Amino acid sequence: MAKHIQTVIKGNLSLTAKTGGCGQCQTSCQSACKTSCTVGNQVCEK
Amino acid sequence: MLNLKDYNIAKNVHLYRQGDLSIAYDVNSGSLHVLDDQVYSYIQEIIQVQRDNPQSLADPEKILRTVGSGFADQEREEILAELAELQKEKLLFSPEAEKIEPSYPDVPLIKAMCLHVAHDCNLRCKYCFAGTGPFGGSRELMSLETGQLAIDFLLKHSGQRAQCEVDFFGGEPLLNFQVVRQLIAYGKEEAQKVGKNMKFTLTTNAVLLDEAVADFLEEEGVSVVLSLDGRQEVNDKMRPYASGKGSYARIVPRILNFIKKRPDSSQYAIGKYYYVRGTYTHYNTDFYKDVLHMADLGIKRVSVEPVVAPPKENYAFRAEDLVKIKESYDILGEKILEYRSKGKEFSFFHFNAGLDDGPCLPKRLSGCGAGHEYVAISPEGEIYPCHQFVGQEKYKLGSLHDSGSYLKEELVQEFRKAHVYAKEECSSCWARYSCSGGCHAANVAFSRELTKVYPLGCELQKKRLEVAYYLKIREIEQRTLV
Repeated sequence: MAKHIQTVIKGNLSLTAKTGGCGQCQTSCQSACKTSCTVGNQVCEK
Repeated sequence: MLNLKDYNIAKNVHLYRQGDLSIAYDVNSGSLHVLDDQVYSYIQEIIQVQRDNPQSLADPEKILRTVGSGFADQEREEILAELAELQKEKLLFSPEAEKIEPSYPDVPLIKAMCLHVAHDCNLRCKYCFAGTGPFGGSRELMSLETGQLAIDFLLKHSGQRAQCEVDFFGGEPLLNFQVVRQLIAYGKEEAQKVGKNMKFTLTTNAVLLDEAVADFLEEEGVSVVLSLDGRQEVNDKMRPYASGKGSYARIVPRILNFIKKRPDSSQYAIGKYYYVRGTYTHYNTDFYKDVLHMADLGIKRVSVEPVVAPPKENYAFRAEDLVKIKESYDILGEKILEYRSKGKEFSFFHFNAGLDDGPCLPKRLSGCGAGHEYVAISPEGEIYPCHQFVGQEKYKLGSLHDSGSYLKEELVQEFRKAHVYAKEECSSCWARYSCSGGCHAANVAFSRELTKVYPLGCELQKKRLEVAYYLKIREIEQRTLV
């Protein structure tokens, strides 16, 4: 067990450059946000 | 062994302190780590050397020999071993994402539409980007025929996509409620004919949100964004009627009555949801009090956003506001934890953070899709890239009344090309995959260019992300303890 670093979330974002892009997700500004793009707030709907 | 050759840490790992945590966000993998003080200082030292001497990137062994002089040998070895292990697993100092620009079909695939059913409003909000309703034009309501043309356009241009989204917007859309009703029926019927599903949202100031309207929206499964700025004095200063009288006293009971019908509304705005959305300005940089006021009223889904305003306006932010605004986000983060611990949980939209369950990289690069996946339709049937561009002739994409209703190709391409990689300021920013280079409209308002960012917007976005990741860690820690 690591002594100095606790990993809380293990992501693989860069891999999705090739596997993602299905486009089925909600349009980001179409939700609670009407003045600033908040794509990082969304969840993947795949 | 840790390999940092030509690896710019400041660009690829965001190291910061929030609350009592030291956090490392690995930009390319989207991983989050909590560090102890030793590792935090150790990585900080490396970043400082890289910053002071960019040539040192080519000789990382030399850097590692010079940093960490304050640590015992064994401690330094332990730190290096843990960092190397995480790098091997591609969770920290992970390789930079391959720079693949978003690709799109030749013909734009429109999946969402903002339908301006009313360019008129029963309020006279002082910061309104619609010029209190008419977007610089005349006060006008959309006809049923134009609305139907818009829905036909969306269904025709949405290709293979099964889900289409329509947001009823204004001005105040409930001023044209009969047309809204008819368009929901029409949209559902027409979508079904072609094997699609049409999802509706409505953005309202709640003045006309009586029981009958609320029941209708509930029955039809329409998601609703309700406008309220927070405390009565704050709301009424900026959101009065034409007479100058404030709107709080009328709208709050209506909002509270409406949200009671949706106790399980998704914090990620999925399915049939509500959000109560406010705007903060120079007048209430302590907006965390407004968010808490709404939470105390029992509102569980709150979004309060910074105003976008020309600098000449009294309510526009000034440079000195930034410190207070950041402090408000910090306080709000801690208050969210406090409310959660007391069983009074609520969510703040901009503290939602999709990490391991978040959107893919192509989506993060392209952002909101304005101008090619998302369009706004004026009451007259003119097509614009989004609601904020409506009325700006330069950004008019076409008209529903033109034969074929094709979108202006060069403008579509301009918006498609305004992705993160096209923005110089974003290229080395740690938040580049979380904000998509910011709001197109805000960028244009500030710099007159789609590919130049709005610096204050960047600062606020980064602060919100820092708090969001902090809360995510706290949430996971809490779950683990339970």
